[in-house]
Amino acid sequence: MAFVSIFKNRIGIEKEIDSFLNLASESGLIFNQGVDAFLSNNLESFNDHLNHIVETEKEADTLRRSIEDLLYRKTLIPESRGDVLELIERMDALLGRFKGVMFRFEIERPNIEPQFHEGLKALVSCVIQAVEAATLSLRAYFKDISQATDHIHKVAFWETEADKTSSNLQKAIFATESFGLDVKMQIRDLVRSIDKIADQAEDMADSLAIYVIKRSL
Amino acid sequence: MFLFFLSSGMFLGWSLGANDASNVFGTAVGSRMLRFRTAAALCCIFVILGAVISGAGASHTLGKLGAVNAVGGAFVVAFSAAMSVYLMTLARYPVSTSQAIVGAIIGWNLFSGSPTDNTALMKIVTTWIACPILSAIIAIISYKIVTLIILRLKVHMFRLDEATRIGLVLAGIFGSFSLGANNIANVVGVFLPVSPFKELTLIGIHFSPAQQLFFLGSVAISIGVITYSKRVMDTVGTGIFKLSPVMAFVAVWAHSVVLFLFASQGLEKFLMDLGLPTIPLVPVSSSQAIVGAVVGMGLLKGGHTIRWRTVGGIAGSWVTTPIFACVISFICLFILQNVFQQTVYLP
Repeated sequence: MAFVSIFKNRIGIEKEIDSFLNLASESGLIFNQGVDAFLSNNLESFNDHLNHIVETEKEADTLRRSIEDLLYRKTLIPESRGDVLELIERMDALLGRFKGVMFRFEIERPNIEPQFHEGLKALVSCVIQAVEAATLSLRAYFKDISQATDHIHKVAFWETEADKTSSNLQKAIFATESFGLDVKMQIRDLVRSIDKIADQAEDMADSLAIYVIKRSL
Repeated sequence: MFLFFLSSGMFLGWSLGANDASNVFGTAVGSRMLRFRTAAALCCIFVILGAVISGAGASHTLGKLGAVNAVGGAFVVAFSAAMSVYLMTLARYPVSTSQAIVGAIIGWNLFSGSPTDNTALMKIVTTWIACPILSAIIAIISYKIVTLIILRLKVHMFRLDEATRIGLVLAGIFGSFSLGANNIANVVGVFLPVSPFKELTLIGIHFSPAQQLFFLGSVAISIGVITYSKRVMDTVGTGIFKLSPVMAFVAVWAHSVVLFLFASQGLEKFLMDLGLPTIPLVPVSSSQAIVGAVVGMGLLKGGHTIRWRTVGGIAGSWVTTPIFACVISFICLFILQNVFQQTVYLP
């Protein structure tokens, strides 16, 4: 009976973690589409994406709680339980960041001039790539630990790219004389908050790199 | 009267259960892969089965070392070994019951003036050295194979967790069986020559006098497992070297294989039939086997995470235990003979 119970728990938690990581990956894509819609001034589509990301984040929260509950109640993976919980929470925080930036667009409605659109899209792309690599590294941590390090390297790469793009964008914003300081600071803060997502993805990847060493056979 | 004298054997059985169950399930419980209750229940059942079904092999070698020919002497020998093991268990060292009983028998030999069979003694002492080394080698090879399989098959973390739990239970069952088969000779082996039991047939199954004695001894081991083994399990599980669950499985597996090799009459017959040299059937130390396996894997990982002070303490107790048991045995024999006027040996 005990083995049947372990088997059921294992299947259950594997599915939940997979679904959770799918949501993490999805939320990056929704974020990308949402920013595109905002920059194209298509507010209806932007709102749809905002609602979608809120739903996704809510669903991920439910899954996170369920995973935590299963891990502790069923005493699964006792030696890595704490590490897994931390990684799941950090990934959930990334989803929360996507939602937060989308709400920032919705609340502040910044007036972003077309000359910055390309830079902003490039920044969003780097951030999404960083989060995607973090998601893949976490997936590999569960499924094929030997692959995890490859994805961790990519997170670091995309985070550096995001930093470069963000710096260039901020320089360009402050070099534009037609803007008032208030507008410059508002867009700068927005750019920083987007860049912060890549920083958080890198922090998660750094922790993951240590946990990979801990689990290495 | 025999049952009263047998009480010291029961005490030794209890000490063995308290101490050696940790070798079988300590790594699993210590690494939190198995609950203590599950581990204790499985250990009890399979120790009894191992002792009754396959306990005879190793007891012959112990009999050769010194045939304790009076029940009073057998009482003291078992009591001295039990006291040594109990005191070491109190100090949380996974001590060897085999060494304790050998020390106590030599104490009886010295007291009674009986010659110690040097060939049998050498055979036993050699296994004390060979056992941890063999266990370490088996652990290293097994660990390499297991990790290769895991990496090749790209096993999911939760699937690996599930497989490791099942592996720990199966290796623990095998270990408990081997422990009962190999170590029951330590517990009641000295009582064999003075046992009053007769042949017995229950529901069509025949039980020899030795098997009845082994059954009683293994029940005492089970009580030791249930009542006192949890403490030593913590030392074995986390004390020497922090074990991952996969390592825990390999440690129990290597330990069980070593115990089985030194206890199996079937394997001995198989090797004899093939014309190959046989492995001596000797009660080896389950503690030495598990410590050897854990240290072996620690060395494979570079050795820097091994707590050498703990290993030194354990290895030191392997030297002191037989001497300690020998001295206690000699003193107690003197007291029982001269104060309580009991016969402790027949000239």
